[in-house]
Amino acid sequence: MATGKNLQFYSGNEAIAHGALYAGCDFFAGYPITPSTEVAEIMALEQPKRGGSFIQMEDEIASMAAIIGGAMGGAKSMTATSGPGFSLMQENLGYAAMIEAPCVVVNVMRGGPSTGLPTKVAQGDVMQARWGTHGDHPIIVLTPESVLECFTLVVEAFNLAERFRTPVVFLADEMIGHMYEVFSVPESGELPVVEREIAERPAEWYRPFELTAHGTVPLIPFGEGYRYHVTGLTHDEDGFPTGVPAECGRMLGHLCAKLDMNPEIRMTERVDLDDADVAVIAYGCTARTMRRTLYAARRAGVKAGMLRLKTLWPLPEKAIDEVCDRVELVLVPELNLGQLVGEVERVNRGRARVLPVNRVDGEIFNPYDVADLIVRTQRGMREKGETADFLF
Amino acid sequence: MSQKPKSVVLSYLRARKKFPTVWCPGCSLGIIMGSLIRAVHKLGIDKDEIAFVSGIGCTGRMPVYTDFNTLHGTHGRALPFATGIKLARPSLKVITAMGDGDSTAIGGNHFIHTCRRNLDLTAIIVNNYIYGMTGGQYSPTTPVGRRASTAPYGMIETPFDICNLAQAAGAAFVARTTSYHAAAMTELIARAVDIRGFAVVEVMSHCYTTYGRRNRYVNPVEMMEEEKKLAVPLKAYQKLKEKDPAYALKPGQYLTGVFTDDDSRPEFTQVYADLCQRVQGGSI
Repeated sequence: MATGKNLQFYSGNEAIAHGALYAGCDFFAGYPITPSTEVAEIMALEQPKRGGSFIQMEDEIASMAAIIGGAMGGAKSMTATSGPGFSLMQENLGYAAMIEAPCVVVNVMRGGPSTGLPTKVAQGDVMQARWGTHGDHPIIVLTPESVLECFTLVVEAFNLAERFRTPVVFLADEMIGHMYEVFSVPESGELPVVEREIAERPAEWYRPFELTAHGTVPLIPFGEGYRYHVTGLTHDEDGFPTGVPAECGRMLGHLCAKLDMNPEIRMTERVDLDDADVAVIAYGCTARTMRRTLYAARRAGVKAGMLRLKTLWPLPEKAIDEVCDRVELVLVPELNLGQLVGEVERVNRGRARVLPVNRVDGEIFNPYDVADLIVRTQRGMREKGETADFLF
Repeated sequence: MSQKPKSVVLSYLRARKKFPTVWCPGCSLGIIMGSLIRAVHKLGIDKDEIAFVSGIGCTGRMPVYTDFNTLHGTHGRALPFATGIKLARPSLKVITAMGDGDSTAIGGNHFIHTCRRNLDLTAIIVNNYIYGMTGGQYSPTTPVGRRASTAPYGMIETPFDICNLAQAAGAAFVARTTSYHAAAMTELIARAVDIRGFAVVEVMSHCYTTYGRRNRYVNPVEMMEEEKKLAVPLKAYQKLKEKDPAYALKPGQYLTGVFTDDDSRPEFTQVYADLCQRVQGGSI
């Protein structure tokens, strides 16, 4: 039970909207889609009160383009959507990555493919969030576990977008989005909020895509006297299109490396892992279910722990690697047919036994079923040896 | 003898950075870019106060060469990008340049909705009947019977009338001119940039390389002369119509001039600012 001042009873979608406003979001463009629409509804109510912009565009393609335009105008911009709309946004998501425009894309995941299960939960957009747009590109993907985290993590999403000049995908899901919880809304100033740096330098020295050692130069909005060009074409440091192989390779390398070089983007939470023999690697609403699974498994005598991924992409490889190194069994429960598990297996390199647990019927996991699976699998491995097949 | 004054157009170009252009010899885009620059110069707007946005295609390359705040977006999406910029910074004059395919095929939905919303943007639509950059495929404005690389037996679809479309969808300013009438184009673009509301200027132009050669034009000059012949000024048409109510345009002919010039319609950024004021003042 939450205590403290300013207690609010919010759904996940409401918390996302209020978290974004806390982070200074002053531009929202979106298109209605279940199950994310509440975010747009709150933005429509709140933005005019603060002098921010709200617009309902004609489709998700336009929404994504508009928030990039908003970012170029100096706003902290966001859109919210779900699977089908997220698919439509992919081209311009790549554009945002290419021109290094800071923005936040909320995807409240629902069952897919296609129209799928619009009102039911799924986690099927993990790979789309990473590779949905064409070409190698940087992207940050965050997943919240609770309503409170919808608030705090979306603030972090804005901060990362500003710090690294990159689009950030906020991968919530229908269960978190529509779940109500009481939490204490952070006071103003309690959570750090990163504002856009304004580089104070003569306009003729400003190179918007300068390859600096620490990442990127600040994006100075249009209309500040720094006239420059941005393009989705492969460009040089001034932003002009280039086809010179050396410049092209350098630009793309820099684009992807700016996230790789910064380990603090990869946020995880370790739950009861220190003495664990069995680890669960989970994210989003599934991680929340797994907390009860861990409790049940430990009651049954299996030392189970969890690595919860707050950041899905770039993948927290080091944290996963550490877990795989010291447990005998790794469960990867997902509400899809196995998207993150392949990545875990890649990092695991055959050390621990990796067991995918999947569900795609629009329901969340029953924590006791998964606990039962953990207990039986571990018992089987102990009794019959590591190589035996225990997939039921 | 005094020093020769610097060319107006040259002072707005990124002359030392990104020339020569990607455009073919005989292209009309240089004329159109020149008209835009003269219009901006005539209005006396500061370069910093202009955001110039485009989509993809030959026309989409225009912002590269002009010394404004420039954004070269994705195919068909110039207007949504411009919408975002305008909402975030209403003080900027936001101008977009699009081709016929860019604005009415892939960007058709954005085009009609931007007209409807009446956001204070300017759209210069370069209509050369063809997708030039990709090598001459038919577009939504290719006249019936004309050849394109994807219409080797002649175009069979009915083309759009972009100005009618913009008028019907609610744009505040709608005008058509041709790349032959460069001086008139400057005036129209100046009015379009100046008016408060969504302004559309359709420029009938020519692509000799991918359209002209395939359709048996001898050279770009012939195509420009044809523009002069086919253009019927709206006022002249109205007079002829008065004299003879049965008068009709011949096939291929099009009207030029100002079809709509109405700044009385509510403009989106103004309406939104008023809304913010009312909400903040507690009157809602």
